This record gives sequence, structure tokens and C-alpha cells, in this order.
Amino acid sequence: MSIFVDSNTKVIYQGLTGSQGRYYGLLNRDYGTQVVGGTNPKKAGEDVDGIPIFANCAEAVEATGATASCIFIPAAGVYSAVMDAAAGGIKFIVCITEGVPAHDEATFYNELKAQYPDVQLLGPNCPGIISPGQCNIGITAGHIAKAGGPVGIVSRSGTLTYQALYELQQKDIGVTTCVGIGGDPVPGTSFIDCLAAFEADPDTQAVMMIGEIGGSAEEEAADFIKNHMTKPVSSYIAGVTAPPGKKMGHAGAIVSGGKGTADAKMEALRDAGVKVGLNPTEAGELMAEIVASL
Amino acid sequence: MDLFEYQGKQFFKQFGMPVSDGEVAFTVQEAVDAAERLGTPVMVKAQVHTGGRGKAGGVKFAASVEDVQEHANNILGLDINGHIVQRLWIEKASDISEEYYASFTLDRSAKQHLGMLSAEGGVEIETVAAENPDAISKIHVDPAVGLTREAAQAWVDGANLNPVAVEGAVDIAMKLYDAYVQGDADLVEINPLILTPDNRVHVLDAKVTLDSNSVFRHEDYAEFDETQPRDEREEAAHEKGLQYVGLEGSVGVIANGAGLAMSTVDVVNQVGGKPANFLDIGGGANADVMAGALEVINNDPEVKSIFINIFGGITRGEEVANGIIEALNRVDIDAPIVIRLDGTNADEGREILQPALNDKLMMEPTMLDAAKKVVELAKGAEA
Repeated sequence: MSIFVDSNTKVIYQGLTGSQGRYYGLLNRDYGTQVVGGTNPKKAGEDVDGIPIFANCAEAVEATGATASCIFIPAAGVYSAVMDAAAGGIKFIVCITEGVPAHDEATFYNELKAQYPDVQLLGPNCPGIISPGQCNIGITAGHIAKAGGPVGIVSRSGTLTYQALYELQQKDIGVTTCVGIGGDPVPGTSFIDCLAAFEADPDTQAVMMIGEIGGSAEEEAADFIKNHMTKPVSSYIAGVTAPPGKKMGHAGAIVSGGKGTADAKMEALRDAGVKVGLNPTEAGELMAEIVASL
Repeated sequence: MDLFEYQGKQFFKQFGMPVSDGEVAFTVQEAVDAAERLGTPVMVKAQVHTGGRGKAGGVKFAASVEDVQEHANNILGLDINGHIVQRLWIEKASDISEEYYASFTLDRSAKQHLGMLSAEGGVEIETVAAENPDAISKIHVDPAVGLTREAAQAWVDGANLNPVAVEGAVDIAMKLYDAYVQGDADLVEINPLILTPDNRVHVLDAKVTLDSNSVFRHEDYAEFDETQPRDEREEAAHEKGLQYVGLEGSVGVIANGAGLAMSTVDVVNQVGGKPANFLDIGGGANADVMAGALEVINNDPEVKSIFINIFGGITRGEEVANGIIEALNRVDIDAPIVIRLDGTNADEGREILQPALNDKLMMEPTMLDAAKKVVELAKGAEA
């Protein structure tokens, strides 16, 4: 079992004809993901290595029955791509693109909520989602993840997500699904969305959550864990020593006005009963202890 | 991107908000000339990307040109929270009856825009929020819907401003929201927004932060990018397109991915070291970007040792190792380097690095071991 995507998920790649879209789209297909189509209004009717290209998501969905899409479109076109996917009947939209203006993100987040309440967006600026052995959508290296369970992973950072997958694999611990929610100010999918899905997934028995400075998503997640989760959680928060007022790589990773510090987040998580590691390795070890005690 | 006050006012003016006439001055003479053209009295205001200017003596009233000369002389070169004043804004002085506060920013929790308006302006809004939260009128605006005049009216009514200020405040609220949205701002703040004795509502200060992700649709923002405060190292990294933040320590940090780079800085601190920087070279870690990163680190005289922390994902260990070796051939590095390479094909990558190892290029198996080693080297070099 897994959350959000599995071996039956059919995926359309918006921007499959671009260099990044093609590279990762084909890698994902090699992994076993059902990559059933791509979109590009100027190249409809063509194909990318046998994968048909459609003018838009509506036509792609009609022809293939796809329910998910993955966006590899430059930042300026992301707003249109997200709305095209939702209008076309896609229910799970994964947006890899980074550098999307925050106002665009806030706008399409709220438009989706109002007009397409059953559509879920993941990202932008995220590595994607992988249910190991079943489906890999995005830029995660599939072979660093061990399939199975009992651990679910949710993370705001790409490389730290890979690090977590790899450390669990080294310890021979499997993962049901690993979700990279991304480092932008308005992520389409939140920690809480993922925690709730993991809590409901019978094969996920523990959750690893990787956060970073900025915003209050980790504090909100801690509150959710405290009140709604029965499964154990381990966590790591990056940016303990980040200087205030500086964006640390990710658009959303900034301590401003004394808010969004790693210390406050760790305290909230510990208060919710989460085992918090001081570095990624320690968080992995804590998860190994949790798994051993299951 | 943070704007100087004067840039923020010019930005607001484009959206029809009332701001005072003024001129930028880089020297005392320019300040005097500006005051003569504008006519005294004027305000002499330090232009720096930090708050607390008034308390630091960076904002002065000048009744005469002689006063302008004296204040400009004192303020230019002043250190305000580590920011040295290099430019002044000379502005026509305004008479003030009351001081208010107005702003828009993104509420990341609500995923909507948040407007704040208060009759208690001229002080930090955080202070008002802590001491008298009821004095702040808040409005959440759905970005997909926008701010209607009716909603703005209700918002302003909730702030209990002087009744004569309400109409002008609603007008400015609408224009401030336009500036915030159309300008792709992270923050627009007017503090204080003033009521004058002749009952005009007027913008007396401007704090604007623009979203650097939006520059593709705002060509004119290049001029703001040029005035961002960056030290020499940050400027060099910016030119190479690297994600770099300068810190105060002696351990140079290079990592792939923002999260891993943050984590590397944390681990160096944890084992008793002081990172010289945050530097994210992105996922690829090829020779070009690695060489560029090493150049930036190498030019930092404070750096005593360098920590290269790479996790191979799609990019395999061999590619990363070859990239590092090629980069080292291109750049002459003074400080010793400690590499930690993990992830996809890490063993193959380490094998490639093995023959190149010496007392200036070391490798450690884990992030923590590498951090300890690199900190030990930095301390050895400082001793």
C-alpha cells in the first residue's frame, strides 16, 4: 500500500518535450511508472520515445484515462499548466518547477480549492513523490528507496529526502511512500495532508518528517500529530544555525521577525511526542529504533 | 529583494499613492543641493536595508540648509545594525496629526494575503501586536478573488481611525493592495501612514520586499537587484548564479541541495566549528558549478578549511567525483578540503577520489565524521 500514487496511477508529463521533462519522464517510465502521455500544444500528435503528445490535459485524459500529471514547465507557464491540468480532469498534480512567483502559487492554490476541490497539488519546487517499487513521479533517484514499508516519509527538502531514503535503505528499512512537499511559501500539499494520509494507510506504521526553517508548517504538523496521530514520528529540522532574514536556498526557508526558527519547531515536535534528531543521520537512527520496536 | 525607502516610495507612486517629493543624495553636497531645490524644512533620512533608523540617529529634521549639511555629514557613513549608510533620501518635511500603520503580506498558514491596519502607527507592528492586539484591524484576502472596495471599507472601519481619515485610508488601502499584487511583492508596509493637519492621508515611509522569483515579468526590477546589500563574497557568488549566504566563520561549506547545505552548516556548528557560508550548488554537482563554488570559497580570506558534502541522487557518485577532480585541477585551492560523498554509486565515486587524496584533500565516510575533521583542520590552521 501507499499514499496518493501506486502502480495503477497513470501520469501525463506537462512539458515532456522539454529537456528536463524528457529526461525525468523517461527515467520515471524506466522505473515502472505508467507514463501514458505528454502535453505541448505545438507538438500534439508527435511522440517522445513512443509516448504520445497531446495538445492539453483534457485531450490527454480523454485518450489515456490518466489521473495524475507532472509539471516540468518553466516558472512563467506554471499557473496555466496547473489550471490546464485541473480543467482537464487530472486529480493529482505534481509540480517540480522551482522559481514560481509566490503570488501565482497563492492564486492557483485558492482557485483549485474553490473550483476543483477534489484536485490535489504537490509542490511547486518539490522533488515529487515515490511509492517505491510502484510509481515514481519527479526527480527522485528510484534505486535509493527500498520498497515495502513500514515507513512513510514527508519532507520539505529534496536532498535531505534522498538522504533519508538512502539511510533507511542502508538499514534495510522499506518505505511505503515518500512525499517531497517542496520548499516554497505556498505548498499545494502540506505536512498535515501527508500525515493524515499516512495515519490512514494500513501499511505505513511510522512516519519520518523532515522540515526546515521558515513559516509555521512544522508547528501546525506538531499540533496535528499530538491530537490526531497514533503512529510514531521521527523528525529532523534543517537550519538551526541559519541567520535571521536570509533566504537559505529555498524561497520559504527564512526566519523573519523571530518567527520560523528551527528551535521553536523542534520544541513543538518534541512536545507532540516526536523523536527529533539533531542531524539527518540521527533522525534515521531514531527511525530505525522506532521500526525495531514496532 | 528589499527596496530602499525611496525606491519603495517611487514604487508606491506608480500606483497613485501620495508620497512626499524628495531626492537621493550620496554626498553632503548633493544633500544640500537637493534641500535647496526642494526648499526647507526637509527630512534627512538614511537609506539602509534595516529597521531602527530613527533610534540610531539616521533620521533627522532639518529646518535649514545648514542643518541639512550637519545631519548629512553625521548620517553618511553611520553604522546602523551593521549597515553603513551610503545614501540619503532628502524629503519635504510633513506636518503630522496622527500616525497609522498599513501593510499587506502573505499569510503562509492561511495561504491568503493578510492586510493589517492600525491607528497605532510609528512604532513596530510586532510591539503593537504583543501589547495591544485589538488595535490591529486584519483582513484576509483570497488571491483568487481580490480586494473589493466594500471589504476595504470594512477593514478600515475596524481600525478606528480618525473619521476624517477614513476615505483617504480606503483609497490608499486599495492602491496598496494593487501595488502588492501587481508588483509581486512579499511585503508592502507603510509605517507611518499619516494624517496631516489639513486632513490628508499621506505615505510617510515605505518598506517593500519584492519576490525575486517574479523578475521574469518585471524587467525594471534589475535596478533593485543591483542595490541589494551583498558582501564581496555574496556578490561573486551571485554573479555565478550560486545560492550563497555569507556567514562569519572559518569553514567553507559546499553542498548539493538547499536542505543538505543548511544541514551541513548546522552539523559544522554542532561539532564546535563556525561555517563561513551557506552554499547550495544544486542537484547536478558537475565540474563547472563545483569549480565556481570553490573559487568563491577560496577567495574568502577567513576560510581555513573546506567541507564538500555531496549526496548523489540521479547524479551518480562517479560523475560527482570526476567533477570534483576536474574542478580541483582548474582552481588552485589554499585550504585543506574534506569530502563526504554518499548516495548513488558512492563506492565507485570514492574509488575515483582515492588516488587524489593527500593532506590537502581528505575523505570521510559520514557527514558527522567529515564535519569533525574539517573543524579540527580549521582550528589547527587558526592556532
